[in-house]
Amino acid sequence: MGVNHFIFVENNSDDGTREYLAEQEDVSLWTSKASYKRARFGMDWLNWLMRKYANGHWCLTIDPDEFLVYPFCDTRGLRALTDWLDASSIKSFGSMLLDMYPKGRMSEQTYAENQDPFEIANWFDAGNYMIEKNPKFGNLWIQGGPRARMFFPDNPARAPALNKIPLVKWQRGYTYVSSTHNLLPRGLNLVYDEWGGEKASGCLLHAKFLHTFADKAAEELERRQHYAASHEYRAYAEKLEDDPDLWCKWSEKYINWRQLEILGLMSKGNWA
Amino acid sequence: MTVGFAMLVHNSLDRAAEVARHWARNDCPVVIHVDKKVERRAFKTLTASLGDLENVKFCKRHSCEWGTWSLVEASQSAAEMLLEEFPDVRHVYLASGSCLPLRPVQELKDYLADRPMTNFIESVTTEDVPWTVGGLDIERFIFRFPFSWKKHRRAFDGYVRFQRRIGFKRKVPEGLTPHLGSQWWCLTRQTLTAILEDPDRPIYDRYFSKVWIPDESYFQTLTRLYSTNIESRSLTLSKFDFQGKPHIFYDDHMQLLRRSDCFVARKIWPHANKLYAGFLSDDASIFTGAEPNPGKIDRVFSKAVERRTKGRPGLYMQSRFPNDNWENGLTSSTYSIFEGFTELFEDFEEWLARVTQTRVHGHLYGPDRVEFAGNQKVFAGAMTDSAELRDYNPRAFLTNLIWNTRGERQCFMFGPADNQDISWDVAKDPNAQISVITGAWAVPLFFSNANFSDIRREAARLQRIEAEHLEVLRSVWTKARVRIWTLADFIENPMEPLQTIIDEIGARQANRLTEAPRMVSLDGFGQFLQNLKNQGMHPHLMGDFPVGPPLNEARRKTSKPYVVK
Repeated sequence: MGVNHFIFVENNSDDGTREYLAEQEDVSLWTSKASYKRARFGMDWLNWLMRKYANGHWCLTIDPDEFLVYPFCDTRGLRALTDWLDASSIKSFGSMLLDMYPKGRMSEQTYAENQDPFEIANWFDAGNYMIEKNPKFGNLWIQGGPRARMFFPDNPARAPALNKIPLVKWQRGYTYVSSTHNLLPRGLNLVYDEWGGEKASGCLLHAKFLHTFADKAAEELERRQHYAASHEYRAYAEKLEDDPDLWCKWSEKYINWRQLEILGLMSKGNWA
Repeated sequence: MTVGFAMLVHNSLDRAAEVARHWARNDCPVVIHVDKKVERRAFKTLTASLGDLENVKFCKRHSCEWGTWSLVEASQSAAEMLLEEFPDVRHVYLASGSCLPLRPVQELKDYLADRPMTNFIESVTTEDVPWTVGGLDIERFIFRFPFSWKKHRRAFDGYVRFQRRIGFKRKVPEGLTPHLGSQWWCLTRQTLTAILEDPDRPIYDRYFSKVWIPDESYFQTLTRLYSTNIESRSLTLSKFDFQGKPHIFYDDHMQLLRRSDCFVARKIWPHANKLYAGFLSDDASIFTGAEPNPGKIDRVFSKAVERRTKGRPGLYMQSRFPNDNWENGLTSSTYSIFEGFTELFEDFEEWLARVTQTRVHGHLYGPDRVEFAGNQKVFAGAMTDSAELRDYNPRAFLTNLIWNTRGERQCFMFGPADNQDISWDVAKDPNAQISVITGAWAVPLFFSNANFSDIRREAARLQRIEAEHLEVLRSVWTKARVRIWTLADFIENPMEPLQTIIDEIGARQANRLTEAPRMVSLDGFGQFLQNLKNQGMHPHLMGDFPVGPPLNEARRKTSKPYVVK
């Protein structure tokens, strides 16, 4: 896969994750019983760990339900990507969050442990994303997709941000500001071209909308550990009562990264 | 007679060793220059790993920095040693540690044996090179470059600017005409010894040691002094991206590289195991006898450069978000906007769809919801009919719609009751075809059953909005194809403008229109406008509508569907 070492932060899990990870040789595991919210949604933990251990390394910071797809990922390992980024003097690599969902109601298909989540959730929205520039940090702010369409049609401003910069050649002094949506110093947020060209970028396939989601949304609402007074999760819980079907006849079925590139969701840039 | 390789190596020593062994085993002597910056231990390992080969030697080491004289010194040392130690070498091939032979060595030998006096070196005068990065071409030869480009970029750039300003000029030694070209060459013994043994060499060396990137100009310039038999191209396939950095080849380029018929390619990613295994194995010896043909690879890489510099017009995404006016096309393809047509014709949308075979939407920017074609709630790209989502970013709504429906022309209705936020965007977009019948918004009011005072207020509001919109469409910044008629003018002869619009859309049926949309009856409309005037409003966008019936008489005729011969 091209990853030399994994760092996990485990926060109050109760499903054996901790025990499993502790056994792995290339994993360093931190456990926190403290509040995810008080740690600025985990970012304080991550920033501290990276400050301590990540200096000079390419770091991929992702949630366990995010799966990175980048140009040529079927034929070239991560190391090829980071070597190319190094050779091109690029320090950060953007990968938008792409919400994946099943066809039919979420409860209809049951996700089993160790299953590829995209066997079930293999559909996505191809072209309903809205982009603005964030003047403060210089990053793009992307919203849209099934979450805006289904859960926030009346209040789009609340729709969650989909822009992410998960892969960074870390230097001491770098810091993630809000999740992996943006960083400091600001230059790292410039993962897009402003003069008409396309920079290379990937996608984070988001395996959120599985049958487990309804329970998870309720649980998260209970824990009250999420951003902006858990507005997001309140909206989910409300809609999830009717067990919605995110699929529509214009949904795209996921094939591979080339499909995402043709649709304009990601780009090879000048990597050939 | 054979070909010898001078190899410049600074990292991935194990790969370099593999390639050197491949050449040596095929009876081509190799002299390796290893950058002095490489650690002693790594160097020792390398020499030991090639110790069993008599025809592999290591020359004096120089500490190399990109863009400086040290690279020329390294190639001089390696070439000198190669010529001296291996007298049968007729051609010297300069290669790097990240080069990979793509064709059997014997084929290269045969190719060179057939051309015993030819020097393969790209060598072009400074006026003719389009590819120098940073604009330094002739300036490479006449300025001074005391600052490191890698470590002190600011000082480097500042000093160049300073020299430009004062018009600084170094003297080029007599008899030299500066030439540039790829640093990977293949020269004959005759030419190379002439360069290396020239009594004036100290003069040239002193001069070139202060030239910027001399490895792209030293041999390229001097070869011109001693040989007329020059093929100005490199035998090494090496592609550069828009920043002047070499493209890297990976395992998935295997087929592309095979079909290129080039002898050597660089740069190869050191971890491209399949490439190394495939091209260095003995059974890779398929003789094609073909001329090198890098054209196919050129296309792939020039496309990549174009994607990086120009991008896909009309696409807005996470890694392409152009500043205003840098979009290279606000939208991805042409589309049509109709204003006032549905108000005047009863069945305009159905008619338009039938005649033009395009996708015809209603009022996409309507106040309550998005009226997608066929009343769909969701449309291409999973865009929804939510007015809130659309109004959250009206421009993204437009660009998304046009992008999502590439290959199918989109038409939609627009009017003063709709969200006006895209007025400027569509006006400035050369892809937009905008046809306006001004004042047609009054027709539905004319038929409405509302109180006249409300009608009057609404009429005033719509007229103000449309007037503002028209001002935008008539501004000097407008690039859209805009056509504007007043309602009165349009109904005089509706077929002609309709025909023009349809022709421009390029409908499949190239014939004259045989079927007109059904126009609503405007009996009494003149009186209606007069009533508005009597109430103190001034409806001016409709054009001149007489109050009296005689014109109404005439209009009744045109309001019937009719056929043009």
